[in-house]
Amino acid sequence: MYLLAAEGGEVAHNPILPIWQEIVVGGIAFIVLCFVLMKFVFPRMEQTFQARVDAIEGGIKRAEAAQAEANKLLEQYRAQLAEARTDAAKIRDDARADAEGIRQDILAKAREESDRIIAAGKDQLAAERATIVRELRTEVGTIAVDLASRIVGESLADEARRKGTVDRFLSGLESTGAR
Amino acid sequence: MFGQANVLAQGQAEFPPSVEDFYLPSILPWGAHDSYWFTKITFMVWLAVGVLILFFLLSYRNPQLVPTKKQWFAESVYGFVRNNIAVDMIGHAGVRFAPYFTTLFCFVLMTNLFAILPFFQVSPNSHIAFPAFLALISYVLFNYIGIRHHGFKKYFKHALIPPAPWYILPLLIPIEAFSTFIIRPFSLAVRLFANMFAGHMLLLVFTLGGFAMLSANSLLAPVSLVSWLMTVALTLLEALVIVLQAYVFTVLSASYIQGALAEEH
Repeated sequence: MYLLAAEGGEVAHNPILPIWQEIVVGGIAFIVLCFVLMKFVFPRMEQTFQARVDAIEGGIKRAEAAQAEANKLLEQYRAQLAEARTDAAKIRDDARADAEGIRQDILAKAREESDRIIAAGKDQLAAERATIVRELRTEVGTIAVDLASRIVGESLADEARRKGTVDRFLSGLESTGAR
Repeated sequence: MFGQANVLAQGQAEFPPSVEDFYLPSILPWGAHDSYWFTKITFMVWLAVGVLILFFLLSYRNPQLVPTKKQWFAESVYGFVRNNIAVDMIGHAGVRFAPYFTTLFCFVLMTNLFAILPFFQVSPNSHIAFPAFLALISYVLFNYIGIRHHGFKKYFKHALIPPAPWYILPLLIPIEAFSTFIIRPFSLAVRLFANMFAGHMLLLVFTLGGFAMLSANSLLAPVSLVSWLMTVALTLLEALVIVLQAYVFTVLSASYIQGALAEEH
């Protein structure tokens, strides 16, 4: 070793003593490395980590919000459905009540109408009857008088008219008939 | 860079290996023994820095929320140092030191790695200049952070006076001062340097030893073979040491900063 050192004209190295040129070179190299990595790489990694955390937490939050919204909508729909059911029942009840009312109305009207028709028929019958009776009375009187005249041979017509004999007779008939 | 290979090929290898094997002739000017600006060692440092910058810039050029493989790898490195060193040692406040620790970790790991990379086969950290500079940064950093956090007076009181009975303090204060302000940076630098130095020395011993025995007597060829197998085994051990030392350097730096920030002793 010493031989070599003598040949090369160099001094023997002491491994525990740093070579100042190497400190300078190593220092510059390491500072360059520090500068580049600490300025351009690792802060961006922190940002990415943060963004990742945000993305995951945001996703969870969004899912929770969606879940809450869905639950709210479900509740709403349920409430609406219940309301609709109540409404439907009410409408049905109302309709039933209305139908009943209408039926009653129609029934009442029909009864009234039939009563009216019957009453009108009765009145007409009575009137016709009265007319017929009146006509019959006249006719029967005339016929009877004619008949009696033929039988008796004399005209009784004036006499009969004058004294109301026929009417009286007929009234007597009617009263016996009614009895 | 291929100095060792040339030396081996020309059969000039000296056995046993010496400290001078760590100081190869410079590249520019070629072959000079007293120029250190551009040697294999400094070239490897620049190469490590270049590779790291390139790797991180390329893999993080366009970061996505759902990472690509490369981006995932770069993030894992940072995430490992951030969560398993910075946050574990210092707590939540450690996140702001994570970028420096990651840079430190990557730099030490990468420069250590040259110890077992074919054609490089020696780590820059086997020259104490580089570990010393890193240790100096850690030393300045933890003292600066401590002073800024506690104030000058309180920091030194905090660092030097342990909670002990007064009569033991005259003994404890010098020990604390010595261990905190002198031993710490020194041990940090020497630990890394000595590991890489010894690792390279071991590989040299077994590799060159094989050649030495072979050239001394051809009957020793089987022993040479064993010696070279040992080199392979030791290379695997080196791989472990490389990662471990990078981790230890970073963890210790983090622990010093944690100590400087701590409220309790």
